[in-house]
Amino acid sequence: MSLTRSEEWYLNMGPHHPSTHGVLRFVVKSDGEVIDEVKPDIGFLHRGIEKIAERLEYNQIIPYYDRVDYLAAFNASWSYVMAVEKLLGIEVPPRAEYIRVILGELNRIISHLISVGSFALDMGAVTPFTWAIREREVVNDIFEMVTGSRLTYNFPRIGGVYQDVPEGFREKVLQFCEYFPPKLKEFNDLITYQKIFIHRLANVAVITPEQAIAFGLTGPNLRGSGIKYDLRKNRPYSVYSEFEFDIPVGTGEAGTLGDAYDRYMVRIREMEESCKIIKQAIEKMPDGPVRAKVPRKLKPPVGDVYAATEAPRGELGVHLISDGSSRPYRMKIRTGSFAAMSIVNEVSHGLMIADLVALIGSLDVIAPEIDR
Amino acid sequence: MLQLFNWLIKTFPSLASHQELTAFVLFIILGLLVLTFAAVVAGSLTYFERKVAARIQSRMGPIEIGLGGYIQWVADAIKLLLKEDIIPENVDKILFRLAPYFAFLGAGLTYLVLPFSEKLILADLNVGVLYFLAVSSITVIGILMAGWASYNKWSLIGGIRSAAQIVSYEIPSALAVLPVVLYAGSLSTQDVVRAQAGWAGFHWMIFQNPFIFISFFVFFISMLAENNRIPFDLPEAESELVAGYNTEYSGMRFAMFFLAEYSNVFILSAFAVTLFLGGWQPLFGLSLKIPGTAVDLWKLFSFFFKTSIMVFLVLTIRWTLPRVRIDQLMGLCWKYLVPIAFFDLFGVMFWMVL
Repeated sequence: MSLTRSEEWYLNMGPHHPSTHGVLRFVVKSDGEVIDEVKPDIGFLHRGIEKIAERLEYNQIIPYYDRVDYLAAFNASWSYVMAVEKLLGIEVPPRAEYIRVILGELNRIISHLISVGSFALDMGAVTPFTWAIREREVVNDIFEMVTGSRLTYNFPRIGGVYQDVPEGFREKVLQFCEYFPPKLKEFNDLITYQKIFIHRLANVAVITPEQAIAFGLTGPNLRGSGIKYDLRKNRPYSVYSEFEFDIPVGTGEAGTLGDAYDRYMVRIREMEESCKIIKQAIEKMPDGPVRAKVPRKLKPPVGDVYAATEAPRGELGVHLISDGSSRPYRMKIRTGSFAAMSIVNEVSHGLMIADLVALIGSLDVIAPEIDR
Repeated sequence: MLQLFNWLIKTFPSLASHQELTAFVLFIILGLLVLTFAAVVAGSLTYFERKVAARIQSRMGPIEIGLGGYIQWVADAIKLLLKEDIIPENVDKILFRLAPYFAFLGAGLTYLVLPFSEKLILADLNVGVLYFLAVSSITVIGILMAGWASYNKWSLIGGIRSAAQIVSYEIPSALAVLPVVLYAGSLSTQDVVRAQAGWAGFHWMIFQNPFIFISFFVFFISMLAENNRIPFDLPEAESELVAGYNTEYSGMRFAMFFLAEYSNVFILSAFAVTLFLGGWQPLFGLSLKIPGTAVDLWKLFSFFFKTSIMVFLVLTIRWTLPRVRIDQLMGLCWKYLVPIAFFDLFGVMFWMVL
């Protein structure tokens, strides 16, 4: 009697694979459908933003940050201007801070919409994605009204924002806050509480709290593992300390704490919380200038500074080192997706190929944020 | 078909001396008719599906090309026909070329025993139901061939998944059909439909017996799985396997797979209607006083009307549900559907004995 022997093979997943969200490549060592090892191969979208920044003036760098995370362009550039403001010691006018908070949270909502929508798409359901896109269009219109563009806004400036919000902005945002929660409920009925969907995600790709901390996960991925850590609460920047909101964390409601469903649910709940913040911010928004007086030529003192915001994909930190000239000596960007990529191999042993897709989708990595 | 042949011989006595030739020509003509019918049905289905999907997703769907976008599928077919025929390097050329036709064969052959109306059936085989179960799984050979011949690991996984899936789901689908056969007392599809005659659909198989009612759902689910429809479309899961077994196909060969898939949707719905929902038995009984030909047309309409509703159901499911995982798929089959189907079979047996 001969023993049945199975051979392991290498599968090349990406860079042109439909569910790798851009250009990622995974070298998957698997035994049929069961995965043994996954090697992420990154760098297909490396544009060298950090190096380019060393040749640019401080205010010329802002548009590059829109391209660090194109789905949450506002949050990314917010991190950068915060770092420069810290370096220069600039006081930002309160109205500008409120505008930043409102736009930042709106941006978080649409980023999460794309995230949960494309995650459902990865799971084989097409309709949730188009519904998510439909809701996103409403916010895109608001962004177009305020900033003139729909994807890469280039709106924050060092010391404030580019311009004041136009007339009708308040009504439109409030209208959206009325419109969105019922639509989100509709979305949840369609996919979130769908039995097949829950069964696909429960107990899959479990990241324990210890692992999450060890691999430096931040944002929804960390909170999905049950750790209540959010920069908006733990290290409040801007005017976040003035608002009341909860930090949703994973509870293991479908299966194990830290599984793919928990990470998904954190995003769904964060959208609701963002809505709350926007409502409070629009009510409290003070009048006044939207930009501090900032010299045309920026020459920060020698020193280094780290500033981070809670972007939709986790802590987006900027480390700036200044040598006293008008250009940064060194700029380092810390992104949530990059840390999330490092954990893929750790948790993917023993998963099936379909689960790997669920893992990547639940980590919500996007290629430009990994490679910069 | 036999009647048609006999009628031809009778009306044109000169044909009697060339019986073989007449039969041959008749077969070819009928075969072409079936192919055309299959193509038109599948094409219309793609339009229907795109419209349904668009409605569900708050989009417009095809609206540009002729008759409110209906001609779109002809345009698509022409585009696919005119595309360059690409055969990648290192593929197994013979299998690669044969595979699409095998995939379509499984769908095409089942039209033979499909009773469209009382008189409109190509061949009223006395083993019709068995024939349907047997032929419909030829598709798996095509899919497996395509997966193997493509020289692509993703295709291979798709092919293997498909083989495992279709072979497994053959069992519950066959077991779910058996109660109907028991009740009708015949394997002929026409006899099964005739056994469902009655007023306003209360004598449809599905309402005759609680066990058959359950069987219907088992049959429907396993047919969905056999035809690789969402939520069981693992062989072509586009977010996992790129495009599964047809990754390397393009142009007309791809169109053949497409044709097979959409023919299968129609076949699945048509057989669900035939076996469980009264087939061509006229809707609302026949209390209406209408002349002979109109009755036949009404029967034809009843059949297509019910089939369309089933098709709509299949499409709605496709655009609503996510996809299951391969182990869950197998678990569903062996842990739930097969035992339930067995239970139904014995239930019907006891019901009939008592």
